[in-house]
This record gives sequence, structure tokens and C-alpha cells, in this order.
Amino acid sequence: MAVARVATGRGVARRRSLVGWGFVGPFLAVFALVFLAPIGYAIYLSLFRNRLIGGNSFVGLDNYTQALQDSQFWSALGRVALFLAVQVPIMLFLALLVALAIDSGRLYGKSFFRVTIFLPYAVPAVVATLMWGFMYGTRFGLIGNINDALGVTLPDPLSPDLVLASIGNIVTWEFAGYNMLIFYSALRVVPVSLYEAAEIDGAGQFRIIRAIKLPAIRGALVIATIFSVIGSFQLFNEPSILQDIAPNAITTYFTPNLYAYSLSFSGQQYNYSAAVAIVMAVVTMVIAYVVQLRGMRREGQTGIRVERRRGRPRPPALLGRSRR
Amino acid sequence: MTTSVRAPLAQPGAAKAGLTVRARARRGRRRSLTLTILTGIVLVYSLIPLVWLVVNSTKTQAGLFDSFGLWFDGDFALFGNIADTLTYDDGIFLRWLGNTLLYVVLGAGGATFLAVLGGYGLAKFDFPGKRAVFAVVIGAVAVPGTALAVPTFLMFSRLGLTNTPWSVVIPSLVTPFGLYLMWTFAAEAIPDELIEAARVDGAGEFGTFFRICLPLLAPGIVTVLLFSMVATWNNYFLPLIMLKNPDWYPLTVGLNSWNEQAGTAGGEPVFNLIITGSLLTILPLLAAFLLLQRYWRSGLAAGSVKQ
Repeated sequence: MAVARVATGRGVARRRSLVGWGFVGPFLAVFALVFLAPIGYAIYLSLFRNRLIGGNSFVGLDNYTQALQDSQFWSALGRVALFLAVQVPIMLFLALLVALAIDSGRLYGKSFFRVTIFLPYAVPAVVATLMWGFMYGTRFGLIGNINDALGVTLPDPLSPDLVLASIGNIVTWEFAGYNMLIFYSALRVVPVSLYEAAEIDGAGQFRIIRAIKLPAIRGALVIATIFSVIGSFQLFNEPSILQDIAPNAITTYFTPNLYAYSLSFSGQQYNYSAAVAIVMAVVTMVIAYVVQLRGMRREGQTGIRVERRRGRPRPPALLGRSRR
Repeated sequence: MTTSVRAPLAQPGAAKAGLTVRARARRGRRRSLTLTILTGIVLVYSLIPLVWLVVNSTKTQAGLFDSFGLWFDGDFALFGNIADTLTYDDGIFLRWLGNTLLYVVLGAGGATFLAVLGGYGLAKFDFPGKRAVFAVVIGAVAVPGTALAVPTFLMFSRLGLTNTPWSVVIPSLVTPFGLYLMWTFAAEAIPDELIEAARVDGAGEFGTFFRICLPLLAPGIVTVLLFSMVATWNNYFLPLIMLKNPDWYPLTVGLNSWNEQAGTAGGEPVFNLIITGSLLTILPLLAAFLLLQRYWRSGLAAGSVKQ
């Protein structure tokens, strides 16, 4: 046993035993109650239907076939897909540019930039949406101010045509800084020696970004993309709160989640709502999985990879040390 | 890392020369005004809504409609607004603040405790079923939280938990992201030899964890605590569906109920209170992030090492 431990060179403390369950058990118990049980219950609910005559009866996959033929569901799904295709790239690109700018070391007051641009993340979605919603407003909002001051009529951001873009702006404002911080943290891990070698070879800044920095943060990019995909499909808070400010622009089936919510709490159609929620969960997981697979495959193709530091523990004081 | 360690051993002189070059390059790095201004545009974008909020919390309701949004009105009504916000409807705002604090202390505190314990267990022990734990937890991260909300509501309503603080606290206790972060952090920050040494000295597993390992995990713990505090403080969807009684609302749902009230016929519009209340809601979190930067920045950096 001792010989084997020395030979593998790791896991001295990792005796195979049930002690680990003592640490992980409490988390898993609550996890089972609030994650696994609701998933199981949702699947169970989705297989039944409550009829006026005959009560609650098993209907197999009827709720699912109904969802797949439901034009309101498809319009909601299409809306978040469009949101995903436009808002997520803009937000991540913005976050990446700022992270690269801060990491370049060429900014005056870079820690001020980093902290301030991150701050909107700490603002609740409710407050963010109320603030932007009021600012969009023509009554005492900035749009109204500009219209009065310049004597023009700007398009109303809360009109049905523009409201999705306006929501995209709110979400970008909330999360660009958070993603920037993820990218920036990943950039700091790149060893300085790589940059030095590249500079000696005469590589310019853009070449360094393309050949070293971008490949180095590919993992962070994949994670940020997955979180953004999940966030887009879950879109609920912003449209739901804007509904009070712009009641005509946002329907009860504006996003799939808003639709599931309205089905449950206004329509009492719990079974059908559960089916819609499960279809959305499956769609989300499939897309997140595809993003992950693509990200992994590309990672294998790039030439330079950040070395893994697995099994080389360092004191925590060093973990946060700035590279420069 | 390997090369930079090996090189000085082979050629000490070259390494010393390399160091001077690096030091010179660092000192000689030019700052760019153009880049600062370009990034400044994003900075202004991030700040404008917050500036708007501060400016407009100083206005009376009439002033909101009469004056330019990004500048102050004639009379400075901030303190009046704060007093009105805190006393409106028999001081319901303070009740909501108390509820939010309750949910944050129990929810985020409990979530952090479970994540630290679990992350440490996953990082430092081998046990039967560990792979399955990994697969299930990582898979769960991809399940939309809001997809779970409706079935959780129905389950909790069967258990008689809806409309009580427990319906908000219990689901907040689990943070898969926090578990993942503590896992990677514990793997880095605690040397296996340390645990082994404690074992040789006869310390129990949990004693070792609480007395020796917990202090080493501090930056990671602050990070997870801060992020689960934000998640609980800002939680809207879960309390919205779980709670019917305004006496149990957290600040987020309460503020939105004031906004709904303004939209309904016959409801009293209290826009100045919504704006001042919003400002009071975000100040504690902004302060926490600014004051604790040193900790969460290093915690996040460590979490990103192994992506």
C-alpha cells in the first residue's frame, strides 16, 4: 500500500473510505430534495392531465405532443433563440475586449476599471430592470428627456418591436462585467514566460492575443458561453418585471419560462406547464452539451495550452498573486 | 512553469539577464490614453444607470416628471424620500429588509457551509460513488433553475411549506457552482501531506477539517459566501411563486409589488419610493463587494485555474 502511494505520487490523503460521504452527504441530501425530487415530480406530473370530467388521468406523452404543436410555445422558443444568437455574442465580445484591455497593462487605473465594470453584477435583476425600464420610459425617462430637449421622437424602446432588444441591453449591462472578470481571471494564469518568449520572437500584441491569450482562455470562454446559453433560455425576471411598465409589448408567452409560469399560476394547467418546463430543460441541456463538446474539441487542436497545475498545491497566498 | 524552473539551474547567468529584461519591459510598458478612453466608454455604460438612480433618489415624485433625468432637481429630497420609504405602509420596507437578511443569513450561510464541506470531501477523499456524484452535480448545473421552480412549488405546497420562510431558504441551500469552486480551491490550497500529518498526530477527520483546513480555505469561502449572498439577496423568481403574504416578501419582490401597484387602476403611484428603495437595496451588496475585493478576486482566480 505504501509503495503504491509513493508510485502514484498523489493522493496520500485519499484513502478510499466512507469518510468522504460524511463531508459530501449533507450537500447531497439537500441537493436530492431541491433538485432531484422536483425533476422527478415534474416528469410524473407531465404524464397526467386534469380534466373537468374524469379528474386526473394518465395521458402518456400527450402533454409533450401538445407542446410540440403549440404555436405559442414555439414563438416563445424562437424569441429566446434569437436573443441567444444576438445578445450572447455581443455581451461576450464586449466582456472579452474589456478583459484584454485590462490585462494588457496599458490602461490608466486598471483596478478601478475592473471593479466598476463588474459592479452591475451585484445589482438585483429587479432593480436593474426597474432602473432601465424607467430610463427607457417616455414619461420621466431619458428617452422622454431627449425627445423634449431635441424636439425629436426617438423610437420607443418599450414598443413591441424593440422590447426584446431593450431586454438584451439590460442583460448585457448586468452580466458583461461578470464575464469580463471570468476572462480576466483566466488571463492572469498565463505564465509570463510565454509572453516574453513571444516578444523575443518579435510577435506583436495582436499576434500574442491570437496565439497565446485566446487559446489560453478557451476553457473560460466555453464556461461563460454555457452559462449564457442557460441564462438566455431561462429568461424570466426582466420580461416579467417589464410587463408592468410595458403591458402591451410583453405577452404571457414572451419567453418559455414566462409561458410555463403563466400556465401554472394564471391557468392552473400544472401538468402541461411541467411538460413545457421539461422540454425547455432538455433543449437547454442539449445545447449546453453541444457547446461544451465543440469547445473541448477545439481546445485539443490549438498548439499552446496552459499547463495544468494539478497535484502541485501551493499556499493560498500565492493563488491570488497578481502576475504583474 | 517547468521550463522557468529548469532554466536557472542550467544557466544561472542567462536567467539573471532574463530577469532584468523582464523588469525593464515591465517598467517601460507604455500606458495608452486611447485604450483608456475606449474602455472608458464601457465604464460609463456600466455607471450611467447607477448615477441615474442616485440622482433620481433625491427628487420628489413631481420632480421626477419635471426635471432632466441625469441632473438634480431644485429641491434635495433624498432624506425625505428615505424617511418615506422606511415608513410607508407601516414600515413594510423594513420588514422586507429583515426578511431578506433572514434569507441571506440562513440561505447563503447554509449554502456556503454545505459547499465547503462537500467540496473538501470531493477534493481530499476517495469514496465509492464519487464519479456518480460528479456527474449528477455537473449535469444539474445545466438544468434551468426556473424549470424546477414550478414542481418545487407544487411539492412544497403539498408539504405545507409554501408561504413560509422555509420555502425560500431550503432551495437556496444548494449551490452546485459553489461546490465546484470549493472543490477546485480545496484541491489547490490544502496539501495532502498536511492532512496526513494531522492523521499521524491522531486528529479525527472532522477535527482536522475544522481546525487545520478551514483557515486555509478562507479566500474560497469568502468567494462562495459572497456569490451565494448575491444570489439570495437578488432572488426574485423563487420568492415570487412561493410567497403570497407580503409580510414574508424579500426586498426584490416587495419593490416590484410597489411598481405593480403604480400600474393598477386606483393604486397609489410611489415612483420616488421605488427608486429610493432600489438604491437602499443595492447599497449593502455594492459595499460588500468593494470592501471584500481582495478576498473574492483571489478566490475567483483560483477557481479559474483548472477550467
